[in-house]
Amino acid sequence: MQFSEHWLREFVDPPLTSAELAHALTMAGLEVEALQNVAQAFSGVVVAQVLVVDRHPDADKLKLCKVDAGQGETLQIVCGAPNVAAGMKVPCALVGAELPGMKIKAAKVRGIESFGMLCSARELSLSEDHSGLLALPADAPLGEDIRAYLALDDKLFTLKLTPNRADCLSLKGIAREVGALTGTPVKMPAIRECAVAGNSRRAVVLDAPAACPRYCGRVVSGIDSGAPTPAWMKRRLERSGIRSISAVVDVTNYVMLEFGQPLHAFDNARLQGAVHVRYPAAGEQLRLLNEQSVAPDADTALIADDQRALALAGIMGGEESGISAVTTELFLESAFFAPDAVAGKARALGFTSDASYRFERGVDFAATREALERATQLILDICGGQAGPVTEAVAPEHLPKREAVRLRVPRAEKILGIPLGTEVVARLFAGLDFPFRREGDVLTVTPPSQRFDIVIEEDLIEELARLHGYDNIPERRPQGSLAILPKCEELRSVWRLRRLLAARDYQEVVNYSFVDADWEQDFCVNPDPAVLANPIASQMGVMRSSLIGGLVNNLVVNLNRRMERVRVFETGRCFLRDSQGDTVAGFLQPKRIAALAAGSAAPEQWGVTARRVDFFDIKGDVEALLAPTQVGFERLAHPALHPGRSATVVVEGRTIGLIGELHPRWVQKYELGGAPVVFELDLDAIQRQALPAHREISRFPAVVRDMALVVDLGLAAESLQETLVKAAPSFVRDVVLFDVYQGKGVDPDKKSLAFRVVMQDTEKTLSDGEVDAAMSKMIEAASRDFAAKLRS
Amino acid sequence: MTDLEQLVAQATAEFAGIADAAALEQAKARYLGKSGTVTELLKGLGRLAPEERKLAGATINGAKERIETALSTRREALRQAALEAQLRAEALDVTLPGRGLPTGGLHPVTRTLERIEALFRSIGFDVADGPEIEDDFHNFTALNTPENHPARSMHDTFYLENAPGLLLRTHTSPIQVRYMETHKPPIRIIAPGRVYRVDSDATHSPMFHQVEGLWIDEDVSFADLKGVFTDFLRNFFEKPELRTRFRPSFFPFTEPSAEIDMSCVFCDGNGCRVCSHTGWLEIAGSGMVHPNVLKAVGIDSEKYIGFAFGMGPDRLTMLRYGVNDLRLFFDGDLRFLSQFK
Repeated sequence: MQFSEHWLREFVDPPLTSAELAHALTMAGLEVEALQNVAQAFSGVVVAQVLVVDRHPDADKLKLCKVDAGQGETLQIVCGAPNVAAGMKVPCALVGAELPGMKIKAAKVRGIESFGMLCSARELSLSEDHSGLLALPADAPLGEDIRAYLALDDKLFTLKLTPNRADCLSLKGIAREVGALTGTPVKMPAIRECAVAGNSRRAVVLDAPAACPRYCGRVVSGIDSGAPTPAWMKRRLERSGIRSISAVVDVTNYVMLEFGQPLHAFDNARLQGAVHVRYPAAGEQLRLLNEQSVAPDADTALIADDQRALALAGIMGGEESGISAVTTELFLESAFFAPDAVAGKARALGFTSDASYRFERGVDFAATREALERATQLILDICGGQAGPVTEAVAPEHLPKREAVRLRVPRAEKILGIPLGTEVVARLFAGLDFPFRREGDVLTVTPPSQRFDIVIEEDLIEELARLHGYDNIPERRPQGSLAILPKCEELRSVWRLRRLLAARDYQEVVNYSFVDADWEQDFCVNPDPAVLANPIASQMGVMRSSLIGGLVNNLVVNLNRRMERVRVFETGRCFLRDSQGDTVAGFLQPKRIAALAAGSAAPEQWGVTARRVDFFDIKGDVEALLAPTQVGFERLAHPALHPGRSATVVVEGRTIGLIGELHPRWVQKYELGGAPVVFELDLDAIQRQALPAHREISRFPAVVRDMALVVDLGLAAESLQETLVKAAPSFVRDVVLFDVYQGKGVDPDKKSLAFRVVMQDTEKTLSDGEVDAAMSKMIEAASRDFAAKLRS
Repeated sequence: MTDLEQLVAQATAEFAGIADAAALEQAKARYLGKSGTVTELLKGLGRLAPEERKLAGATINGAKERIETALSTRREALRQAALEAQLRAEALDVTLPGRGLPTGGLHPVTRTLERIEALFRSIGFDVADGPEIEDDFHNFTALNTPENHPARSMHDTFYLENAPGLLLRTHTSPIQVRYMETHKPPIRIIAPGRVYRVDSDATHSPMFHQVEGLWIDEDVSFADLKGVFTDFLRNFFEKPELRTRFRPSFFPFTEPSAEIDMSCVFCDGNGCRVCSHTGWLEIAGSGMVHPNVLKAVGIDSEKYIGFAFGMGPDRLTMLRYGVNDLRLFFDGDLRFLSQFK
């Protein structure tokens, strides 16, 4: 909502500067988004008339003008504007004038003396128009300061109104608010019933009374459609961002801005019979004023005559019944359309209108007739003509109800946290013109018809807070019962995990949760991802079921920026279709943590041989992330990953994620150069970590023995280790794989795995016999399970 | 006994001339070894008369001690020299760079989220979480948002295909609803997370973060809301002088509602480019929980009062670290991200 400060001050004129007024409005919830001057500062510009225009002797494009600027003598001024003509009135900057960015002096222009400058709109900062001089009306008084003549010392207020404050979509509403905030009296234009001349009228039939419970209309005949709109009205419309179209349309817009009531003028000659407000027939079509043809939904009310649809009720008029330059007879509509009946309708058709914007938020249903009278009066004043009698159709049972709302003063004080007192509360409501009844500290308030946002006690409390001033409510340190928040020590926070990965040289990223469907296919083999109905772009069309696609994309982006070594991780939700769902039907939304490493294992540095990061580097990261939890790795076939270099990650028999080198197919498709290694784990599964439990430290010496076992090349080291551990007596403290050997002395289809066994008893020193027996037992088990042979 | 004096002088001189430990030990043997000069002299004592023997023994032993002292002095000097040589040889160029892996870092926004969590935990707020694919009941209906509210339209909200009523949450308020469904007051939580809206330009991302806070108890007030949030901002920005301004606003789920501005952290409210010369920055929405929201989750709205607030951690991050483009947060550029260790 944009408006001229002059206009507002005509209705209410508090002793505040523009800036103070803007602040008061903002702090009352009517946010002043912008406060601008209508024109920049300038001085010395007056209304002048061009008397004579001659050619400049030395310049084709320049003219030599004699100008009467009301200064008592004729001024000679050189002018280059194409539209300069004898007789026209224009703004003239006199010698000594200061314009935005220039000072006017007497000067020679191509050898001819010039005493001033004739101005375009742009030179006065009024608009961007620099096509020619700003032409002024013929009756503009010579010599009058242009700032006064065009009322340029005005300011534009732009309000960013919240949807609950439709009552402030008019000057009247804003004036009412300013009056309540500042205690300044409000004077609105007096509405008088127009003298009725003639008996021209149309019946009005409310066939959709819920959508339109009140409709006022009247015929105005004998008007001059070509009459010019008065300059003051044009100016106010323009300062509200509305273009002047014709006198009648301008009046309807003017009254809408003034009173908040949208109006519509039909060409009465094109109407047949009664005016109906009804729902459309099946397939009924209508061509609107914006030249759009629509087939309105069954619940979109229409204005129609006996023959056909005329307009979308409260949204936009129809093209055929609209007024034109030859219209002499109007049917003027002022109606109340219910918010629910209009809400969303224009948006569904792909446009918005000032009328629908107001009706869907709520228009004062008690001022319908008043606005019609005001508009009629203005039309008669400007276009002449005679007004017929008002036809009013009302369905009182469908008019909005204004139920009285109880306000308990102590309740308001409790919610706001301040003492107010019943006296103050009563005074504040009186200031708002809210009628109320008072019983002790309870006020029963009847919301006025223009307020659609006062339904419950809290709504009244907000009004009190607003008027009292949010600024006047103190900042209080709250009181609460102090209870320690439970904190499970076995559950590591996500922050610990993030910091752990960051400490191992991974940089956290945040990627979009919606991804390219290709990624889902390539990295997750997910042909049926959750698809967005209205994605922002096709490559952001589906919800991810894995974090890996995003990390690969991070690699691509950084490779393009010449960053060869990339180590990134992300935590976030993934989205999987699942008939069970967990909290939202049909979808599992597990939280995951995933990382990717590519390029060299370590940044280039002295004394270290450079090598690419490999599976085991990242496996080490996973083990560190989960430590001290024992993690198992089992060979995995996953289309995203290299079949020989990928594994599931298993904890206590449960698969909690995967790790592996990206499949060469994708390395090629995404042009990654070398294969990155990735892992992705369920966050919930890795947060838990057993509470440390003390084990007695042995006082007896430890015995360390090594063994090298030759086994099939394809045997998983972990299986062999598990067999050894299972076979080991309880005093075996540790079995550590310390070497893997293939080559001379070992068959090509075999490998040698060397284990270091640490044995220690808490009760006694182990004898050689016990140690030998333990080693034998382990070797036997390995031999039994995997035909392992001790390497000689 | 000038012979003995001479012997001592000779041994001392000989030791001093020796530069390695083995040669020193050989020299020692020549004087003090089994058949060394001094040993031989001592052996010769037996041939002397007993009265002479005592005096001669004392004299020879005195010379022996002096030779031994000379020896150990030289031993120590040699050890010291060897150690010094070793240390010299082992000296490093300590200005060479350290080796190993550097460290990565957290994303600037999650860094902010961690900080917000820590600050609110310090006054007893728990952290709640919830699903990002939501149903319209939890995202809208339970939050008092009417059926035809523009926020519900496909212009504003992402919907899932073939899944009626399912959408990407547009705020983290549904977390609060779910929490209230399963917990009884008093409730004190913050709900951080990713949210989604159909909006993408220089200052809007279709995915961004939000943190909402909720306090429900028998006696909390708008004044408490002002106190808690102002306290939070002052501590978040570590600016005790920071001021806030609460302005009436409108949200379906709070009444009264307030927009929260804070004095610009760049110019301390004096006006600068960042705050469009107003001195204020819009930082959060807030208000007293609407009774309909409490009713929707079965909380007695007469007995309990609550306040709620919602803020954008992306914006807080931009203000705190001077980031000027929201899009930097989501495009994974390590040149940007690695600045946040």
